[in-house]
Amino acid sequence: MPETPILLLSLTSGALDVQAVIRRAEDEAGSGRHGAVAVFIGNVRGENLGRRVLELHYEAYEPLALNAFGIITAEAGEAWPGVAIAIRHRVGRVAIGDASIVIAAASPHRAEAFQACRYVIERVKQIAPVWKREIFEGGEAWIEGATADPSDAAARKAAYERACG
Amino acid sequence: MRITILVFAKLRDLVGTPQLVRDVAAGSTIEDVWQALAGEFPAAAPYRAALSAAVNAGYAKFSTPVAEGDHVAFLPPVSGG
Repeated sequence: MPETPILLLSLTSGALDVQAVIRRAEDEAGSGRHGAVAVFIGNVRGENLGRRVLELHYEAYEPLALNAFGIITAEAGEAWPGVAIAIRHRVGRVAIGDASIVIAAASPHRAEAFQACRYVIERVKQIAPVWKREIFEGGEAWIEGATADPSDAAARKAAYERACG
Repeated sequence: MRITILVFAKLRDLVGTPQLVRDVAAGSTIEDVWQALAGEFPAAAPYRAALSAAVNAGYAKFSTPVAEGDHVAFLPPVSGG
């Protein structure tokens, strides 16, 4: 069965195909221009805050999340010119051990690929309008992290410093 | 003028619905829209400091004026990835 190509920046309620995300970043980089591909896979942990997690439910404001991914990859493009980035994030129910996000960064050389990939996951966690509801043994709770503000220069700098650390 | 308000995650639970249509005065800002919403749903009021906002699926400051037909979204702290 021929595979439907995925978009460079996307959300899906289906299982994440890591190879498809990698191929999408490589295609974007261009033939012969992806000497290095760094991949980040975020998986759902079965333990959080000392409680046993049963599953996560992800919710997104999808059009803004896609805008956020675009902002983030544009920022990464400024910092690491020539790096091509693909992002695919789950929505809906995600089981323990399954991937909730895959980021692939393709570039001519490895240093830029690793740094850009790390930068992108830090920024996704800072600004992408995605929320997880944790279903744990004995209850459920929304998890809340950062207040999303793409213009917060200090947050952006912190993400950059983590990427280059 | 009539606008649509979108709320997500815990804020949606507090408001009880993901989407509301409301009339606001001409010249209203996102902050004004929030204050009216918080007046209607007092349990949501303490959220203000942690929120961010968007208009028509683009990030926006609370000082941004809203226009007829706008979709104004209020976003609790995010937890993607």
